[in-house]
Amino acid sequence: MGGMSLIVKNITRLVAAFIALFGAYIVLYGHLTPGGGFAGGVILASALVLVVLAFGEEFSRQIFSHGAARVSDSAGALVFLLVGLSGYLAGAFFANFPDLLGTVGRLASAGTIPISNLAIGVKVGAGLFGVFLALALFRRRGERRSMEPDLEVFDTEARS
Amino acid sequence: MPLLVAVPLAGGFLMPLVGRLTGPRRAAAILPIVMAAGILVLALGLLFRSDPTPLTYWMGAWRFPVGISLVADGLSKLVLLVIAVISLLALLFSMDYMTRYTSPGLYYSLFMLMLAGMNGVVLAGDLFNLFVFLEIASIASYALVAFGTEADELEASFKYLVLGAIASVFVLVGIAIVYNVTGHLNLAKIAEVLRAGGGLTVPLYLAAAFFLMGFGLKAAMVPFHAWLPDAHPSAPAPISAMLSGVLIKACGVYVLCRLVFSVFGNHEAFGVILVVMGTLSMVLGALMATGQKDLKRLLAYSSISQVGYVVTAIGAGVVSFAWSTSEPALAAVAALALFGGFFHLVNHAIFKSLLFLCSGSVEHATGTRLLARLGGLGQRMPVTGWSLRAGALAISGVPPFGGFWSKLIIIVALVQAAALGHWAFYVPAVLAVAVAVVTLVYYAKVQRWVLGGEPSAATADAREAPLGMTVAMALLAVLSLASAAIIHPAVKQRLIDPATKVLTAQGAEASEVGVPAAALTEAADRRE
Amino acid sequence: MTLEMMPYLLAFVLLVIGLYAIVAKRNVIKVIVGLVIIQYATNLFLILVGYRRLAGEGAPVVPILTGPVSEAGRLAEQAVDPLPQALILTSIVIGLSVTALMVALAIRLYDRYGTFDTGRIRNLRG
Repeated sequence: MGGMSLIVKNITRLVAAFIALFGAYIVLYGHLTPGGGFAGGVILASALVLVVLAFGEEFSRQIFSHGAARVSDSAGALVFLLVGLSGYLAGAFFANFPDLLGTVGRLASAGTIPISNLAIGVKVGAGLFGVFLALALFRRRGERRSMEPDLEVFDTEARS
Repeated sequence: MPLLVAVPLAGGFLMPLVGRLTGPRRAAAILPIVMAAGILVLALGLLFRSDPTPLTYWMGAWRFPVGISLVADGLSKLVLLVIAVISLLALLFSMDYMTRYTSPGLYYSLFMLMLAGMNGVVLAGDLFNLFVFLEIASIASYALVAFGTEADELEASFKYLVLGAIASVFVLVGIAIVYNVTGHLNLAKIAEVLRAGGGLTVPLYLAAAFFLMGFGLKAAMVPFHAWLPDAHPSAPAPISAMLSGVLIKACGVYVLCRLVFSVFGNHEAFGVILVVMGTLSMVLGALMATGQKDLKRLLAYSSISQVGYVVTAIGAGVVSFAWSTSEPALAAVAALALFGGFFHLVNHAIFKSLLFLCSGSVEHATGTRLLARLGGLGQRMPVTGWSLRAGALAISGVPPFGGFWSKLIIIVALVQAAALGHWAFYVPAVLAVAVAVVTLVYYAKVQRWVLGGEPSAATADAREAPLGMTVAMALLAVLSLASAAIIHPAVKQRLIDPATKVLTAQGAEASEVGVPAAALTEAADRRE
Repeated sequence: MTLEMMPYLLAFVLLVIGLYAIVAKRNVIKVIVGLVIIQYATNLFLILVGYRRLAGEGAPVVPILTGPVSEAGRLAEQAVDPLPQALILTSIVIGLSVTALMVALAIRLYDRYGTFDTGRIRNLRG
């Protein structure tokens, strides 16, 4: 699947980075403003999808390939779980520590929540992008039991 | 205790990476099996704690009533143990069975996620986490049913998915109503608030109706059973074993018990509805099973029937308990019925998983599931054959297998309730006996077609299954015989009584195992 | 039927519409849309559950802290109940996952059968 017309490519060149930046903002400020890991992750995924749609599959594979999506997916989930387990240091599973590292309302506050947000954002972004790739790019007619769509992404939830 | 949920979750997230390394070989199964064994150890450890009070774990150190809690009381421990055992054996079976499929990493990942979800459902102490874990397990199971991507499996998975999603939505609406009325989500707190408020009001009836519909579908009770005969046969055999043996019970029956007893309080209306639905499931499942030509579809209908037994028993227990305030003699009947119900739950998990694993072994060797094309496997696949016989005998209720005892207890409880003056109970009792006979009939049919007779074209070159599969089947067959030991008071005390006590004490978090509950179980002991 | 009940009625009506779509439509995609409608109807219902009436006058606000920390006390009194909103967030994610899975299955079904018509795809009746 090739890319789209020149207009689309140019606009995407200008805009995709800003979309990704906006997504990152939503993720990072998730503990202060609405949004958080999941919503920011969706925006990040949509930036990646835009690049794929505008430039075609081969080009976007250099930017963020399917394998990279898979690895980031699992890595994000594992980091989230590690954050939860690290709560044991403070006495309980998923305990939020350090307690208010910084005052309420500032960026660096609320203990481990921003890290979870980041992990979830990465996971959701990579996961949804993987879903898009699987749904749109991996179809072959009448295939045998081959590649299964990236189904392990379907348990993302924002527990921040 | 959160390790029970966290470990499978970690497994679920790790497996895609590991799977790419190992490819479709048996080695991919090592990590999940280790994890499942670890879970089993943890579950056993929980069970054998001598302290009878429920074990509560507050996540994130937020306390009652605001925090999220994981609660392991008698009922949870029982179901956890069942889940752990069956999943370990199913994983053992998968080691060899899954070599037919090309991406075992994804399979184990989904399996681990389903396991994590089920553990979470059983342990959840508040309503919304229950829902979240329920969804995790359900979504993983939808994907697992479609795993082979054959045409059959896709349709079955789609149907299952649509119906399951509707059920989940109903559950969510029920949760919303309950939250609206009580303002809390913690199960114990809701129980407190509802007790204090005194009785159920109309919105709560509506919520209860939604819950019944949603969880009734998850538990595959008539009239919500339509997805099961399509979904269970189409899934890979170990998944069928997990679905039929464990998922229905953990997600469906267990949650119904939790809600009906601990949250809503023992209301006779629920009990009556449960008895009616259970009886319908029993009869319908058995009748439809006799006409099936596909081995796994027959087993699926049989599941509907047997879960009907469990639900009938629990419903009878609820009704008896609700009426026992005015008629004290019914209290012992309630305990007996509950005991029978849980015993049968454990039994059926063992038997049905065994049978599905056997059918998977048959399919692995011969490539077909149609009864007409099978035959003469008794000599060629001895381990499978004997395991199949053991499972069939056990589930039909032939002594000395465990199934006989559990069905007997259920029927006895029903008859006792009827004898105490409630004539309506004779109907389920008679039907239970009739269905037991029908069960025997169709399992005899299975045995004759699969094991006896001359080898047909498909089975001519069948060989015995690989080691992992045979070990799993043999272990389950032994368990089905050993589960009769639950009758023995010492084992019963450890396993089933805590579950019964939880439900009759009417208190979710508080360990109100006071004098009445102890007297109930004593009376039940005396009656045996 | 007072005016306050209207949003609840709307949620219920949406639920029924979604159910109708699932039950009565033959196209697989329409079934998927029906399921999505049901999920969002439930989310809407959950949001409505969180609505809180104030003791004095004035409308309740969203639970976002826009001023300094000292305002937190007043926010707690004025804000809508934030717990259902967390529930809805989770529910939306779950709905997304289910929808994605359904769409994937629908694509596979189409590959297999060449049609979206449930009448011709064998087992999918009712």
